Amino acid sequence: MTTETLPKQENAESALGGHVKGYFERVRGGELGALPAVFGLVILCVVFSVLRPAFLSAVNFANLFTQGAAVAVIAMGLIFVLLLGEIDLSAGFASGVCAAVLAVLLTLQGWPWYLAVLAAMVTGAIIGLVLGSLVAKLGIPSFVVTLAAFLAFQGVVLLLVKDGTNISIRDETILAIANKNVPPAAGWAALIVGVAVYAAIQFVQARRRVARGLVATPVAVIAARVVTLAVVAGVAVYVLNLERSRNAALVSLKGVPIVVPLIVILLIVWTFVLRRTAYGRHIYAVGGNAEAARRAGINVDRIRISAFVICSFMASLGGIIAASRANSVDPNTGGSNVLLFAVGAAVIGGTSLFGGKGRALDALLGGAVVAVIENGMGLMGYSAGVKFVVTGLVLLLAAGVDALSRKRAASTGRR
Amino acid sequence: MSQGPILELRGINKSFGPVQVLHDVAFSVYPGEVTALVGDNGAGKSTLVKCIGGIHPIDSGEYLFEGERVHVSGPRDAAVLGVEIVYQDLALCDNLDIVQNMFLGRERKSGLVLDEDTMEEMAAKTLAGLSVRTVKSLRQHVSSLSGGQRQTVAIAKAVLWNSKVVILDEPTAALGVAQTAQVLELVRRLADRGLAVVLISHNMNDVFAVSDRIAALYLGRMAAEVKTSEVTHAQIVELITSGRSGELGLKNGNGAAS
Ligand SMILES: Nc1ncnc2c1ncn2[C@@H]1O[C@H](COP(=O)(O)OP(=O)(O)OP(=O)(O)O)[C@@H](O)[C@H]1O
Ligand SMILES: [Mg+2]
Repeated sequence: MTTETLPKQENAESALGGHVKGYFERVRGGELGALPAVFGLVILCVVFSVLRPAFLSAVNFANLFTQGAAVAVIAMGLIFVLLLGEIDLSAGFASGVCAAVLAVLLTLQGWPWYLAVLAAMVTGAIIGLVLGSLVAKLGIPSFVVTLAAFLAFQGVVLLLVKDGTNISIRDETILAIANKNVPPAAGWAALIVGVAVYAAIQFVQARRRVARGLVATPVAVIAARVVTLAVVAGVAVYVLNLERSRNAALVSLKGVPIVVPLIVILLIVWTFVLRRTAYGRHIYAVGGNAEAARRAGINVDRIRISAFVICSFMASLGGIIAASRANSVDPNTGGSNVLLFAVGAAVIGGTSLFGGKGRALDALLGGAVVAVIENGMGLMGYSAGVKFVVTGLVLLLAAGVDALSRKRAASTGRR
Repeated sequence: MSQGPILELRGINKSFGPVQVLHDVAFSVYPGEVTALVGDNGAGKSTLVKCIGGIHPIDSGEYLFEGERVHVSGPRDAAVLGVEIVYQDLALCDNLDIVQNMFLGRERKSGLVLDEDTMEEMAAKTLAGLSVRTVKSLRQHVSSLSGGQRQTVAIAKAVLWNSKVVILDEPTAALGVAQTAQVLELVRRLADRGLAVVLISHNMNDVFAVSDRIAALYLGRMAAEVKTSEVTHAQIVELITSGRSGELGLKNGNGAAS
């Protein structure tokens, strides 16, 4: 066990072996990471495509993205709150409030789309500021604060859309988000640039570490990552670029839905924030051991409040996407299953409900699982009731895996 | 030897609600010396240290650093002065790795981005400087370390910065014989480097092995601050258990400050 502290440069082969071995050790120690989500996703996709070949159609594939987009975006924001070991039960209806603000300003007040979007986003940020302050400064448990907000926001949506009516969205730009597509050529170009930049960053980082005599990710592992990304994203772009229109002569329908690049940008931004900035590091620290963070001079209250701001802000984006997809906002926007799906997405993706563990990517992985269940069961003709029950069970399963892996981590001395 | 104290506390009072934990405490720490802070369980050692570190605000009293009155109202203030504390309950984040813990709250950045490589190098150098050889990888989570390894990381975190005062709250309590010896050797080396070191310990052998001075707390009062060379084991034990020993200690066995 006793090896040098200053890591020596090993030859490439043993470095690779060490990397792989380290990975399996971590998995056995309870750090499952993305494994359950990826595993579940593959199984679900296989089952559904066997039972309902329509599941694999290009139309349905595109549907999956636009269906899951709002939930995934809300989940991405929720992860910040979950990382602190807190919860935001109001994120769903916060997205509803923001969507209602958008609709009122856009359709009833005739504001230009960019101002209405800005107002919706500011509304989200303010909601987060209030929730976060109540939690951090007054010390009310986030569960209670956001449960109260859950009820209150439901009322606010009702008030904004005037009891039960719905406000339709007619602005072309907003409608385009979930209903229009990126030109196929642009999709390919973005894919190629994206993969190239990812590969370049990884290689440059590894080379710099080698040059400084630090342990770097082996080239083979980087190559595997790059190839995986290229294949997965490449297949997605390829399928989304297929003609989806039933009558292509009349109207052509192909390309990556505009909402997809938007989500990818959000993913990159928040991944950068969490992994590469001091702020992100401090979020993990507060989630792992708030007292230690405090003693390290971190302003714990400010971190808490900011996490709620990010969460509600992302909820506002989710609301905008939902409004775009539904072409309207009604009292149920952001309601019913949205919050549970978002929490489920985060947890299924591998974010811990106990705080301190999670990534922005989890929202997409888990969001994909949730969207596939919802979509696949819809294709099989199950009622909403069955879908809720199954999704609830999947959430429970994910939370169980989380709790068990935590226990396992404790028993193997990893916590 | 005529050098003044680098850190000096005078008349410190500290209460938690109705319970007064520190009464009119005076405490001095000298550069290049190891000052042992001793006292029974609950005497107030950790509380005193947390007051020095800015974790607990003091109710009243003077805090002097290098002869100047200073106001320490948070951990950052203490860090700016060059006071580093290794807490009894360690205060490491289990979900972060060794490097991340060592730089927590003071991350190296280039622009907006964390400079992981520089941090890793500095961490490696510091650990090597402390002759730590038992850590497999600097990138392993602290949760996977043994008690002694965690202690080492916490100490390394404290000496990573060009600190002037390092305070260790029972650093050897959970350690085996060999690791205890290593930590004590480390404590001595830090003092020889010119740092002021405060060592809290219940082990009289350790205290006499490395300290230059001993300060004994008794029920929240400073019973005595003495040179180690001028007292015996027995005297210190008496100071700890009854607050006085012959001429030394509190005049009235049970309380009022001398
Ligand atoms: N945060 C707190 N709130 C209330 N009382 C406290 C707090 N921290 C410490 N105390 C009390 O202050 C007294 C001194 O505690 P402290 O931890 O300083 O003792 P200590 O000398 O470090 O003991 P030990 O040797 O067991 O570590 C104890 O009676 C304890 O109950
Ligand atoms: Mg103590």
